[in-house]
Amino acid sequence: MTERSPQAYGQPPRDGGLLTRLLEVDGLAVEFDTRKGPLRAVRGVSFHVEACETLAIVGESGSGKSVTAQALLGLVPSRARITAGSIAIEGRDVTGLSDAEWRELRGERIAMIFQDPLSALNPSLTVGYQIAEMFRRHRGTGRAQARRYAAELMAQVGIPDAARRLDDHPHRFSGGMRQRVMIAMALALDPVLLVADEPTTALDVTVQAQILRLLRQRREADRLGMIIISHDLGVVARVADRVAVMYAGQIVETGTVPEVYGRPAHPYTLGLMRAVPALRGTGSTLTAIEGQPPDLAEPPTGCSFHPRCPLARERCREEAPEPRELSHGRAVTCHFAEEVLDDA
Amino acid sequence: MTLDTITRLPLRAHLAFGTVLLFVAAGVLGPLLAPFDPTRTSPQDRLSPPGSTLSDGTTAWLGTDQVGQDLLAEVLAGMRTSLTVAVVTVLIGGGVGLLLGLLAGYFGGWSDGIISRVGDIQLAFPSLLLAILLAGVLGPSMVNVIIALAVTRWVIFARVVRGSALAVRDREFVHSARVMGASPARIMLYYILPSCLPPLLVAATVQVGLTMVAEASLSFLGLGVPTTQASWGSTIAQGRDYLASAWWIAAVPGLALALVVVAIGILGDLLRDASDPMTELS
Amino acid sequence: MTFFIGRRLAQALLQIWGAITIVFVALRVLPGDPAELILGSQATPDQLTELRAQLGLDDPLLVQYVRHLGDVVRLDFGESWRQGMAALDATLVRLGPTLSLAVWAMVFTVVLGFLSGTYAARHANSPIDHLISVTSLVGQALPPFWIGIMLSLIFARGLQILPSTADGTMASLLLPAFTLALPFVGWLGRLVRTGILEEMNQDYVRTAQAKGLSRRVVFYVHVLRNTLVPVVTMLGLLMGNFIANGVIVEVVFAWPGIGTLLVDSISFRDYAVVEAVLTVVTICYIILNLLVDLLYGYLDPRIQLENA
Repeated sequence: MTERSPQAYGQPPRDGGLLTRLLEVDGLAVEFDTRKGPLRAVRGVSFHVEACETLAIVGESGSGKSVTAQALLGLVPSRARITAGSIAIEGRDVTGLSDAEWRELRGERIAMIFQDPLSALNPSLTVGYQIAEMFRRHRGTGRAQARRYAAELMAQVGIPDAARRLDDHPHRFSGGMRQRVMIAMALALDPVLLVADEPTTALDVTVQAQILRLLRQRREADRLGMIIISHDLGVVARVADRVAVMYAGQIVETGTVPEVYGRPAHPYTLGLMRAVPALRGTGSTLTAIEGQPPDLAEPPTGCSFHPRCPLARERCREEAPEPRELSHGRAVTCHFAEEVLDDA
Repeated sequence: MTLDTITRLPLRAHLAFGTVLLFVAAGVLGPLLAPFDPTRTSPQDRLSPPGSTLSDGTTAWLGTDQVGQDLLAEVLAGMRTSLTVAVVTVLIGGGVGLLLGLLAGYFGGWSDGIISRVGDIQLAFPSLLLAILLAGVLGPSMVNVIIALAVTRWVIFARVVRGSALAVRDREFVHSARVMGASPARIMLYYILPSCLPPLLVAATVQVGLTMVAEASLSFLGLGVPTTQASWGSTIAQGRDYLASAWWIAAVPGLALALVVVAIGILGDLLRDASDPMTELS
Repeated sequence: MTFFIGRRLAQALLQIWGAITIVFVALRVLPGDPAELILGSQATPDQLTELRAQLGLDDPLLVQYVRHLGDVVRLDFGESWRQGMAALDATLVRLGPTLSLAVWAMVFTVVLGFLSGTYAARHANSPIDHLISVTSLVGQALPPFWIGIMLSLIFARGLQILPSTADGTMASLLLPAFTLALPFVGWLGRLVRTGILEEMNQDYVRTAQAKGLSRRVVFYVHVLRNTLVPVVTMLGLLMGNFIANGVIVEVVFAWPGIGTLLVDSISFRDYAVVEAVLTVVTICYIILNLLVDLLYGYLDPRIQLENA
């Protein structure tokens, strides 16, 4: 069901012996200023990504997964701010970096691709310019040389007739080709981390598969650490090694894809899995759990999932569960995880 | 509109509405309070600054002009001219525009083709130049100014109405009226017309202000109302020759015009906001 | 694209024909006898008849109209009786000052409009933003001829730092060009402000930031470029407006352009010149509109696709 990268499990990573920890997020919290007061969109999220590894963050819209992704590049919306926690990229804490320091990281060490490649590309600039811009602004490469690099990159991500298409504007490309352009642009400077926010949601099913294959190829070839933000369990199953399930601004369960998909330990995850009878197809969305996600301006007491949880008891209403490790690399935030495991 | 919604209107709404009301009242009642006689001259009082006491013992609050006329009386009379021209022009231009816009929007086809094409051709001709040309050829008179300005305005109203009519023409309630056997005239009058009125009202308000400026411009060029009638434009034109000795002659009527046009502009904006339900969401 | 250009060209030709017809109707069909106007009230009936025949006014209107169209195509508007030269030549002599006034008004509008609009957008909802928006509202509502007079009252009569009428110097250009520009500065500023604020919310801005581009590059290369497309196309329309609205400003400052020529010629019933001026101005106006549409298609690549 999943494809493990041979490097992560078999071959020795580049610094010999230990896995390379590219990203370490610890206790991240993001708040939005709203008219009703602060809205706690992300509430103490921790995870990490190794080289050559793909972590998927899944959750409903409003679960805080996109805000988390934006925080990784220091791009939270202007009304939002990081109130607690740390983000370390290659061991360096990046919370509190200046604009100039961020600019050296973005594109160089960490890059991002977005859901809708048409609106994410500048409509009035040619794709060649937009890719070449990476070299010209970051490296000071000359115009002609940067153009050659751009053509090479476009060919590498599988855009046919790349040299001729450099001067086309984004609207001339199909959805899948546009997302390839985005990937070429994101990977131009060989970053170590790639954040993909719903990279296939806006695409046709067949094109989705091609883009996912391309992302897997690039991960292997460039030893990328990847974070895929998705609400689509099928996509996650096809591309991720590990998965973190987010609910109401918190990670409620993490583990490898086979573990979490095979035996969910959190009632929310269990609900998600039951809502999707067969994971073969893509496009299976998370809609079938009863009730609504909580209002993050006034989150429920105790466990934030308890109003929708079939197993909820008195303790869940009063005491918020802490994340606890079930086995190595597998954690869950539920008082009664063992019951869920048995149930599954 | 209830009392509550009136008190909740922003301050500028009250100010703008108050200004317009004051000017309308002044234009209607002004000549009774301070009669203006263009033939009367009073050489010993000419070019008196604002606040001077004149030879007949009265006070000229806004000063006097080059022949000794009280500027206040002249401005009030000019207000009346300006208001009359603007309102009548907008009524005529708006009426013609409403009729042609309804025909074009409701029937579409060749009637829309002809009306829209004629409108396009006219809009390709700068409206100020058209007004100058018509007013110049017809000769100075209030009726001619109104004709010249109404000709330049009808297209704007017709476009607004056509747009609204097009938008409702294919709505359910119009279809059902048609199915019930209502005549086209009846459908236009009872079903299409009501939804065209709010945008038409907004356009009319804005155009009243613009027409006042246009009238003053024509009179300034000597192509507007005849010199026997007071007009802000001609007063300003005369004041231009006395800038060094009597700045108030040119300044005061322009200030009056500016005030009322800004106030009308604000009212137009408020009306647009009120008639567009989308703005309440933002 | 060729189809689009072709259709747009045909439309422009139709508009030019319409403009010529409007002028013809106004001058020949509306009441008023040009012969009487030219010769004055003391003219004898014989003189009038002779002049009418000479001017071709005895022919049926349709014949006059067709002949007139032919004349216009050959750029022959007749003689100016006041100036004793071809009406077109009299017009073209005055075109230069009008164009330089329009160009400088354009420079003022673009510089001030862009500066104020950009500043207002980057400091949206600040006190200065509100000040700019109030100023632009008032600037748009004020009658230009009065602004011109007040400016010359302040700067020419009061402070005595600028000339109030044309004397051929750059300084004498400042007041009329600024007067002409003022209403449009606020208008352009508002347009730029809204455009920038809209573009700043677009997804591609987030992409540009994620690429590690500096704020300056994000703003000036990515955002401003997309704001420019609709704004640049407005500038052509502005140029047309400057030429047309310049008439009044020219009169205020006694500027020797086609505006003063037009008003004088109307007052003196020199209709050959009136025709020449209006035709020239309107053709400029229509051609500028045409260029704007073509430029828009060129600047916004998405338009080409829709019309392809």
